Amino acid sequence: MSANDGLKQLPLKPLHEDAGATFGAFAGWSMPLSYADGVMKEHLHTREQAGLFDISHMKLVLVTGPEVSDLVARLCPVDPQALQDGSSKYTLFLNDKAGIIDDLIVTRLGPNRYILVVNAGNADRDVSHIEKNAADFDCLVEPLDFVFLALQGPAAAELMAKAGFDLDDLYFMQATEPRPGWFVSRSGYTGEDGFEFGAPATDAEEVARQFLQDDRCRLVGLAARDSLRLEAGLCLHGNDIDETTSPLEAALMWAIPKSVRQEGTFIGADALRQAIADGAAQKRVGLKPDGRQPVRAGAELFDEDGNSAGRVTSGGFGPSVGHPVSMGYVRTDLARAGTQLLAEVRGKRLPITVSALPFTPPRTRRG
Amino acid sequence: MATTYFTEDHEWISVDGGVATVGITNHAQEQLGDIVFVELPEAGANLTKGGGAAVIESVKAASDVYAPIDGDVSEVNGALEGDPAMVNSDAEGGAWLWKMSIADESQLAGLMDQAAYNEHIA
Repeated sequence: MSANDGLKQLPLKPLHEDAGATFGAFAGWSMPLSYADGVMKEHLHTREQAGLFDISHMKLVLVTGPEVSDLVARLCPVDPQALQDGSSKYTLFLNDKAGIIDDLIVTRLGPNRYILVVNAGNADRDVSHIEKNAADFDCLVEPLDFVFLALQGPAAAELMAKAGFDLDDLYFMQATEPRPGWFVSRSGYTGEDGFEFGAPATDAEEVARQFLQDDRCRLVGLAARDSLRLEAGLCLHGNDIDETTSPLEAALMWAIPKSVRQEGTFIGADALRQAIADGAAQKRVGLKPDGRQPVRAGAELFDEDGNSAGRVTSGGFGPSVGHPVSMGYVRTDLARAGTQLLAEVRGKRLPITVSALPFTPPRTRRG
Repeated sequence: MATTYFTEDHEWISVDGGVATVGITNHAQEQLGDIVFVELPEAGANLTKGGGAAVIESVKAASDVYAPIDGDVSEVNGALEGDPAMVNSDAEGGAWLWKMSIADESQLAGLMDQAAYNEHIA
């Protein structure tokens, strides 16, 4: 904690200050929201070349030990036996009602070593959740203090190669430890090809400054990170998913293998099986405002007869698609793409259309 | 010769021959960032000093634009509907928002001149 405003400060703060960052509070951290270029250019540059994001607010937790796979199978609806060494998976922590405590990436580094990357806003809650459950198994939980950066965009792989990382064999959702103390995963939150990597602060700063000497790479702040992930159809926990929404409602069942749904013993398994049997009353969908006006989080949705239809959970302008984009929950009978709805913004009802996600096609490197 | 006044909320109001033209200042657009949508008042709308008259949405958020004085809207800048980013490039010129009548001249005396506004944002 810093003495002045109670916010946690990024280890690489001087790097962001040098680039003209505007800082704002997010999840207890002072974070770069945007830089001198502005949100729009940062967003577009990421899709055209490469954006470098400081995401050190996210928490990396190393879990190890002879019974660690049993811990993972309790915490997350995944099958550790199906997770090969060096592979990553998007998954969830559920509560016993199958509500989403957090979404995360789990990576199996070795037979008895996993790394979990969880959201900043839930980090304390997540760590105590992991530790509480770990008490039942022979395993060790170590929250890491890494600098964590993301390099995203079509030039990301070339920039990593130029910095001396040979990652040609790495495909989307695979991870490696290329240097002592380093963790690199081919993943991200933009829909682009790219990498997320954790490293000790001095190493990370050196590599970041090296990337930034190349014109293809620019620093990108949290504001553009949000518009990029929204275009990519990805959830922001706390907005689009939370402890009151189930994976079924959130349209995240793709992340839970069928065998795990049927036989898994993860926390929330019984509630999830019941939810599947009952069906969901609402579904998360993409929403495209017909006009130019952004429809942001909190806007109420109505069907054409004026009945309540749901609510918007994320929304803004999509710089790459050139129109406003939103995401939200609608009644299941209204969840089909193409359904016409109305969104209330400042007392006016604006036409908005249920739309397939993502808004921008993914360009991740798939095997 | 037009006289331009400024509000604490970063609107400018240029008065020429009984008609006032209103926009947001260059400083305001810099603070807002990339502007993606402008909601203008209806022509004929009766505005009250300090009341919300327009909304400017940037990539980051929606911001209200307040009426600097009382009066009726006589014309709005329709070009901004198709090109909201003009507010970023020409906030104190071509990207004016609306023109209005001046119901009470004395309200202008309470506004800032350029020098006072420069000090306000310093």
